[in-house]
Formats: sequence, C-alpha cells, structure tokens
Amino acid sequence: METKMRGADIVIRSLIAEQAELIFGYPGGAIMPVYDALYDYQDQIKHVLTRHEQGAIHAAQGYARISGKVGVCLATSGPGATNLITGLADAQIDSTPLVCITGQVAAHLLGTDAFQETDVMGISMPATKWNFQVRRAADIAPAIAKGFFIAQSGRPGSVLIDITKNAQVELGEFNYQPCQEFRSYKTHYPIADTSILQAAALLNGAERPYLLFGQGVILGKAEAELKFFLDKSGIPAASTLLGSGALSQEHPNYVGKLGMHGNYAPNLLTNQCDVLLAVGMRFDDRVTGDLSRYAKQAKVIHLELDPSEINKNVKADVAVLGDCKESLAKLTEAIAAKKHEAWMAKFRALEQQENEAVVQHDLKPTKVGLTMGEAIHHINRYKADDAVLVTDVGQHQMIAWRYFNYKKTRTQVTSGGLGTMGFALPAALGAQLHDYSRQVICVVGDGGIQMTIQELGTIMQTKAPVKIVLLNNNYLGMVRQWQQMFFDKRYSFTELDNPDFIMLAEAYGIKAKKVSDRADLAEAVEDMFIHDGPFFLEVVVEKEDNVFPMIATGCSVEEVRLN
Amino acid sequence: MKRYTIFVITENFIGILNRITIIFTRRGINIDALTASESRIPGVHRITIEVTVTEETVIQLVNQIEKIIDVIKAFHHEDTGVVYQELALYKIPVSRLDGGLEKIIRDHHAKIIAAEPDFVVLELTGHKEKTRELLEILKGYGILEFARSGRVAVAKRMLTIDSFVN
Repeated sequence: METKMRGADIVIRSLIAEQAELIFGYPGGAIMPVYDALYDYQDQIKHVLTRHEQGAIHAAQGYARISGKVGVCLATSGPGATNLITGLADAQIDSTPLVCITGQVAAHLLGTDAFQETDVMGISMPATKWNFQVRRAADIAPAIAKGFFIAQSGRPGSVLIDITKNAQVELGEFNYQPCQEFRSYKTHYPIADTSILQAAALLNGAERPYLLFGQGVILGKAEAELKFFLDKSGIPAASTLLGSGALSQEHPNYVGKLGMHGNYAPNLLTNQCDVLLAVGMRFDDRVTGDLSRYAKQAKVIHLELDPSEINKNVKADVAVLGDCKESLAKLTEAIAAKKHEAWMAKFRALEQQENEAVVQHDLKPTKVGLTMGEAIHHINRYKADDAVLVTDVGQHQMIAWRYFNYKKTRTQVTSGGLGTMGFALPAALGAQLHDYSRQVICVVGDGGIQMTIQELGTIMQTKAPVKIVLLNNNYLGMVRQWQQMFFDKRYSFTELDNPDFIMLAEAYGIKAKKVSDRADLAEAVEDMFIHDGPFFLEVVVEKEDNVFPMIATGCSVEEVRLN
Repeated sequence: MKRYTIFVITENFIGILNRITIIFTRRGINIDALTASESRIPGVHRITIEVTVTEETVIQLVNQIEKIIDVIKAFHHEDTGVVYQELALYKIPVSRLDGGLEKIIRDHHAKIIAAEPDFVVLELTGHKEKTRELLEILKGYGILEFARSGRVAVAKRMLTIDSFVN
C-alpha cells in the first residue's frame, strides 16, 4: 500500500519502521518540519532534548553500546550538523552503530552560503561509514533504510543522512522497504575451513598460546563462544579496553588487560607467547606499543570481520576472515582440549608483582589523599553485576577500567579510539535511558565533565538516575602525568580552577555530595547507590597521582613499567 | 617504491571520488594521475588511479578503498600487469613552425588534430616517457599549452567487470 505524505512524516515513519524507540536531538530551522512531524508520533517514538548536539550524539552512542541497537540523532543544518562531527568520528572509530539525520537548507539554496548552510556531506565524509544527501521526499525512506542497514551490519559505524528542507515539506510516497543487501557492500564472509585447520594446528602445537579479545566479540555477540573456546583450550586471555566485559573477569583463563595502562603480565608476556590469537581486535597502537618489537617471536592468528584490519598493523600468519561467533565455534571444535598451567602460572606470578607494586598503593594507600582506585574499589562493593561503567578520557578512565570488576557483557561505555573528553556524561545519560532500572555509573574527571557539563540539564529533565562520580584532582591529570614524566614537570596549562561542583549539581536539582576523607568514602558511595534518582558524588583525590603500569610512547610491550 | 595502477569499480554516486581521494590525502600520498568515466555497464563507474608507493601501502590503499560502501571492487596492478595508454596534446604557435616538424611528427607517430591561423595542436598517445620525450623536442617551437591525460588502462588478467557487478 502506498500513501503520499510529507517528507518529514516519512522520516519519522521510517525511524519507527526501523524500531527506533528513542531519538536524541536538538531542533533548529532546517529540521523543523521533522520536529513538527515528531509531535504527532510521541506515543510511538520518544525524543530526548539534550543541551547541545554533541550531547545528543554521545547519548546516542551510550544508548547504542548498551542496547546493541542503532543510536539515532536529529540535528539541524550548519552548527547543529558540525556539532555532531566529534560524535560521528568517535562512533566510527569505536564501531558504534549510529544514524544521524541532519536538516539542510532547501535544495535550490545548496552552495549559496545560505543561512546555516554548511557542507556537512564534505565535512562528515571522513568521519562516517556512509553519508548521503536526500533532496526529494521520495528518496527519504530508501536512504534511511540503507542507513540503518549500513550502520549495524558488518563492522558497525556511523551514518549521516542530510535531508534538504524542501524534501521534508514536499509530498512523497511512503512504502517502507527495509534494506537487506546491495551489490557494493559485503557483510558476511563464509569462514574458510582451511584457515580454521591451520589455526587449530598452530594452537594444538603451541606451548605458550595467548588470546587477545576486543570489542568484536561483543559486537559479534560471541561472548559464549569465547568462553567455550577458553574452557576447552585452556589458553590465557586478555582484554582490550573496549573488549572489557566480553568475558567475566572471574573466568579462570582471564589474565587482565592490554595496552598502555593495562596490566603488567598481559603486556609483558605478549613477547613471550609462541602463538598469539587475536579475536575481534585491531592491534591499536595503544595496545601494541612499538610495532617493530611486538610479538615478533609469535605466530599470529587473527579472527576478524573487517578485511582492511587484517595485516594492517600486525601481519597474520593465519587470518580467519569472518564473524568471530562462527569462527570461534569452528575453532573450538577443531582444537584439542588442553591445560597450560605452567604458562598460566607465569601470568599469575607477574600479577602478584603488579599487586605489590601498584594495586596495593591504589586500593589501600598509606598516603592521606584519596586515590581514584579507592573510589572504584568502593563502587565494586556496591554495584550490581550488570552495572554499566561509563567513563570519560584520562587518568580516571584508565584507573576505573583497571579496577572495575567486569562480570557481564555490554557493561562498558567509553571513548576508546578517539579519546573524546566530554563523552562520559551524555553517554551515561544515553545508556541510562535505554534502561532506567539498570545501574549506570558515570566516572568522570574534572576536566572532561566541564566539556559537556550542560547535559546535567538533560539528566534533570529526564530524571535519568545516573550515578555520577567525579574524581577531582584539579588537574588535567593524564596530561599532567605526561608533563611530569616526559616534559620535566613543566605543567603547562593543566591546572584548573574549578567551580563548586556540588552547588552546580544542586542547581540542576541533582542530589550531590563531596568526599575528601577516606573515612567518609564508603558511606558516600553506598548513599549514592541507595538514592532513588540521579546522584552526583565528588571525590577529591590526590592532586598528583600517576597511572601505572605504563608503556611509554615508542616503547615495547615488554618495557611496561610498574612505576 | 613502485608505480601501481589501482582500478576502482564503483557505483556512480555523488561524492564517491571525494571518499576515495581522502584515503590518499589522510595518508599524505600523492595521486600521480586519475581518470574516471562510466564503464560499459550503465551506472557503474571505473576509476583508474596511478600512484607511486610501496607494495605494502598499495595493499592498504586498496583495502581502504574497497571498504567504501559504494565501491564495488578495487584492485591494483604493477605496470607489467596492465595495458595502459595516455594521451597528450601540444599547442604550438604557427609563427614558430619550420621545416622540421614533419620529421618529428613522423618519427613520433604524432598527428595534427587542429590547425588554426595562430596555432596547431599535435596529439600523441603513448606512455608518459614517450609523451615527455616529444614535449622536450617541441619546446624548441615554443609550446603555448600542454595537457596530458591520466592513464587509462585494462588489466592483463582475464577477469571481466561483470564478475564483480551482479
């Protein structure tokens, strides 16, 4: 059945057809017809008005990461559209499915420098998986169908659809056809049996095999397959930043976290394994350190869905192209059941060293000042197993990641690839709005929170019960740490004069508490979790504390430092 | 570093060329020459890019190009793997002509494709080395304008475009 309707109605009806339940956005001139249409569909689709378009897109990212669905954003042309760019780039590099719809000046005004016209197609091109400009009402539904398909299939990413104002007000046919395939786009690669056999042969012959898992396991919904594989193979497994949660940290094969501020053993022993099995991860430079000295002794097996990631940073001896849910299952069948107790004991011994040199200081400090680690330690005591940890970027992000006890999948939201300060507060809001009943803990620094602090207003308006934990050291802490270590303590523009955050939170009607003494911390964290509604907990931490272990830039994974 | 020809078979959508070129720009790689035109299948375009890089880099480039949603297929060849041709036009003032031009045209298999009261235009098809050689010789005649196309090429490998476009 075909019916004619306004392009603006087609936009909303298409979103509903794609089962979008929640849109984050901000109205403006060139998107007003769509907002006008939205008014009629409020019973079918919810909209959250953020305080800035960047807030809208990070919220959509948080929503997408927790729900596994496509995050949807609406913004107007010009500045509305340019304010989305950071989020588009962030979602693209972290493989988060997003569809952003921007208004655009009427087609006849394109290229004339009309009011609030910007070339968002050109600007967003390097930051999106796909973008498309619609200039006719009839083209809206097919573009949205294609956009949703592209955003969530294959390796997910960000999509931007720019719709000229005339297309929003003209009439067009609406007969929604979801997109399932098209000739230029391949989403599925059949697993090659030969590569499975080669991988299995390498693993079966290995003395010291080692598995690294990334977000691909979560995106591919392969958590159970990963666990079965590890149960049978007995191989020690370490997580990337975005892979955290894909495997419970209580699994006996779990040995810790990879990368610049990951754990000691997982980094160090990368250069001692004989077979390195990478699953759904892309050998980011923050994971590998100096590539020329990364796992050179090992045969590398790479299970990866994106063909362009294979042999990009690390050459694979055996590449298994395809969905890791399938390849892990096949590989589990093909390998022999084994135990690697002596090899595993090496990880545990080094873990002990890290405990004594670092963890002890972070979690049970003898100094007067509070550490960031202590705050996370107390969060672990009170949090639910499926609590979501949302972090911003910097020292608190690394500390929270290191000490948060990940037990369930899709419990981690952070800006990994792009490292976007200001990400956490809106992302936490988006994660919370997906499910009001789930605990969402937003751990953030005093620098990052002020980049998007206006979203406290959205938290107020939506009553999203986000638990905000501000770890305040009055510094841009990570930059300060680098200045201390590599720039001769020349603290160039990293110290902050901060506002009274408690007054600020209270001004938004959010219950707030400040803790500076160790004696008050446990109770404050408990109060935060007990409180029904959003809560703002400011923890004043040691001003000049550092995150360790650390692999300094240009160093090899085996040069990971404990202090 | 070697000279490679990259073939891109793509949907004819607005912006696709931009998506391809930013892959080079982002990596600081210069495109030596580029030609784009419709293929023999309506709606499918064929882009030929000439680039001088290492083998490792050309593989990365092709992988990234193929990752573009609207690109149907991309692949690369060394010069030995393609039959290619370029076209050059030379505009020479009539005032400088002397008896020597006939021999030059014969020797290089060039031809005159336009003659106006003030100038003549010579055309030569051939590889860059040949068109450059003629350019050097014609400099003596005071070249008014010189233009050279990017490479158009076909692969020696026996694969047809139809195997990618279905």
